Amino acid sequence: MREKQIDKLKDYKYGFTTDIENIRAPKGLSKEVIEFISKAKKEPKWMLDWRMKAFERLKNLKEPNWQKPKYPKIDYQDIYYYSAPKSTSTKPKNIDELDPKLLETYKKLGIPLQEQQRLNGIAVDAVFDSVSVATTFKDKLNEVGVIFCSISEAIQKHPELVKKYIGSVIPLTDHYFATLNSAVFTDGSFVYIPPGVRCPMELSTYFRINASQTGQFERTLIIADKGSYVSYLEGCTAPMRDENQLHAANVELVALDDAEIKYSTVQNWYPGDENGKGGIYNFVTKRGLCKGTNSKISWTQVETGSAITWKYPSCVLQGDNSIGEFYSIAITNNYQKADTGTKMIHLGKNTKSKIISKGISAGFSDMTYRGLVDISSKAKNSRNYTQCDSLLMGNKCGAHTVPYIKNKNPESNIAHEATTSKISEEQLYYCQQRGLNPEEAVGLIVNGFCKEVLQQLPMEFAVEAQKLVGISLEGSVG
Amino acid sequence: MLKIKNLKADVESKSILNNFNLEIKPGEVHAIMGPNGSGKSTLSNILSGKKGYDVSGEILFENKNLFELETEERAHKGIFLAFQYPLEIPGVNTNIFLKTSLNAIKKARGEKELDAIEFLKLVKLKAKELKFDEEKLNRQLNVGFSGGEKKKNEILQMSILNPKLSILDETDSGLDIDALKIVADGVNSLRKKDNSFLIITHYQRLLDYIKPDYVHVLMNGHIIKSGGPELALELENKGYENFN
Ligand SMILES: Nc1ncnc2c1ncn2[C@@H]1O[C@H](COP(=O)(O)OP(=O)(O)O)[C@@H](O)[C@H]1O
Ligand SMILES: [Mg+2]
Repeated sequence: MREKQIDKLKDYKYGFTTDIENIRAPKGLSKEVIEFISKAKKEPKWMLDWRMKAFERLKNLKEPNWQKPKYPKIDYQDIYYYSAPKSTSTKPKNIDELDPKLLETYKKLGIPLQEQQRLNGIAVDAVFDSVSVATTFKDKLNEVGVIFCSISEAIQKHPELVKKYIGSVIPLTDHYFATLNSAVFTDGSFVYIPPGVRCPMELSTYFRINASQTGQFERTLIIADKGSYVSYLEGCTAPMRDENQLHAANVELVALDDAEIKYSTVQNWYPGDENGKGGIYNFVTKRGLCKGTNSKISWTQVETGSAITWKYPSCVLQGDNSIGEFYSIAITNNYQKADTGTKMIHLGKNTKSKIISKGISAGFSDMTYRGLVDISSKAKNSRNYTQCDSLLMGNKCGAHTVPYIKNKNPESNIAHEATTSKISEEQLYYCQQRGLNPEEAVGLIVNGFCKEVLQQLPMEFAVEAQKLVGISLEGSVG
Repeated sequence: MLKIKNLKADVESKSILNNFNLEIKPGEVHAIMGPNGSGKSTLSNILSGKKGYDVSGEILFENKNLFELETEERAHKGIFLAFQYPLEIPGVNTNIFLKTSLNAIKKARGEKELDAIEFLKLVKLKAKELKFDEEKLNRQLNVGFSGGEKKKNEILQMSILNPKLSILDETDSGLDIDALKIVADGVNSLRKKDNSFLIITHYQRLLDYIKPDYVHVLMNGHIIKSGGPELALELENKGYENFN
């Protein structure tokens, strides 16, 4: 029988580089570099002081190494901590004045920024390396009091809000990468939804790494005031390169009484080539605080990219009756590695959490679900439900489930279910006999497997995510 | 339509089929009967393109060398296999599976794909004809289906895909008499001047409802005798033991 040539190379269509003149901070991590960043962003003194405090603390911290995916030692003096297109150093007044190369880049990524081409009903903050280059629909959102801008702009224009909440969910000293981020963070988004307002559009940030040898240190802060609602989505891509690049983000969410934040991620950083060369190290700290009673935070993530994904979007359920949710699809192919999951910390009474995790591993990849459910003695009548499913393709990949459970409250209840399954040759043959090619067959089976999570995504993105799931597994059969 | 010449098939250096010859013309119904382990499923799998067999000889389907076509390409050309043991695919909705399959075939043929509404109309009609519980179509493919329901689901798929050559691998095994009649009705309603069938069975029972044009007895890796429907009765009376 004739075997068809199946292209083992993944079709990473975002792998291009934008040739643009940059302004960079001197290489390496130092007091001077932090001053450079703070100055470039025209920050007030309190912000620089805060960064310096983090930098001092960093000296006493060590990189964690309990994670499953190991990586070669990162030389922190060999990274550029700030790189921004030269044309953005005097911030253009409106989007039409933006460097055409930047506009072209976002258009190519499917995120047109100019007024007449914008995506309907979705406001976008576009972050390119270390700066936010544009934010769309700002004025329209302003009409209802919603603040959506880059964190750099928020530090200048809304210092009282930033001061109050930054570091309130992820303390300055939390752990090595979070502290590193606090010292050198560059850009990211800021969202404030005033009391009683239901944000009229989807908010989203698109992160693009472009410059080589550069780390990206995103900082995002979202505050939903009493009785408000917001749905936010982030997307990420990077060029194909032989080197590993670091993306170390801190994302903090705060939900006050009766407020709800829905945070979705479609992560498609460059995963490295089919031999495991290159790709992004995605080491991210994401944490939401359900500060008020009846508040709710829901994380949905579709993690298909990166050489190594290492993140646990978490919820601290402080307010009584608050709800935390985590829906995750993580896919690893070739030599990709992921160690991801969540932490649900129940502090308030009647708090509820739900974890639905779907891990798919193919090729020589390795996937770990790691999750903590911690119910404190005061969290009376609280509940958690966890479901962790793994799907293996082939027999050279790995899947591991590491649940940590701490229940200090006898009136509370934790339920955990886990399954592991495999796509069999017979199932593929059956689908092929019905006219599907192997890739379509895998796509169908995998989408069926992830359906519960895909359904959580905002409609506009669910279709894209579904396609991405198929593409990420390309070359893993045949 | 189908010409098999001097087919030889080995699995793990064990010979299963040898000197196997068969020709099926458009519109004909052929039945193959043979004892357990005689290679009936092997033949079905080789025709539909399952990998893992060492094969030689020639198989032409509409004058095209089948060995040059991938499994799905054979399906696009109109070959359908009703599996002896239909597979379960957890997470995949039966309706979605059926629609994806139908549209993949239509697309490959350059025909217009069906939208959700057109598809649902078609599937409702066919399900009703086959007395297939519609509610089951919203369940995961074959998960929790009884043996009979799985077999009926194969016939439902067959009648939706309307193949040129349908191979039924022991579809009748494990069916009660009512289900057997329904399956036979499904086949008979597809019987047209260009649609052919290869029906693999142990028992002549099914052939009471689907009148074959030819009956073949498969033993020792090839067809040892061919004849009309009366051959099935003879076989039933004598048994395979004494037939040789
Ligand atoms: N993958 C395989 N590996 C080893 N032996 C096989 C395999 N498939 C079939 N066989 C053997 O080939 C013979 C024919 O099998 P099969 O075609 O399933 O018979 P039937 O359908 O007529 O009962 C049997 O002896 C069976 O054990
Ligand atoms: Mg058989």
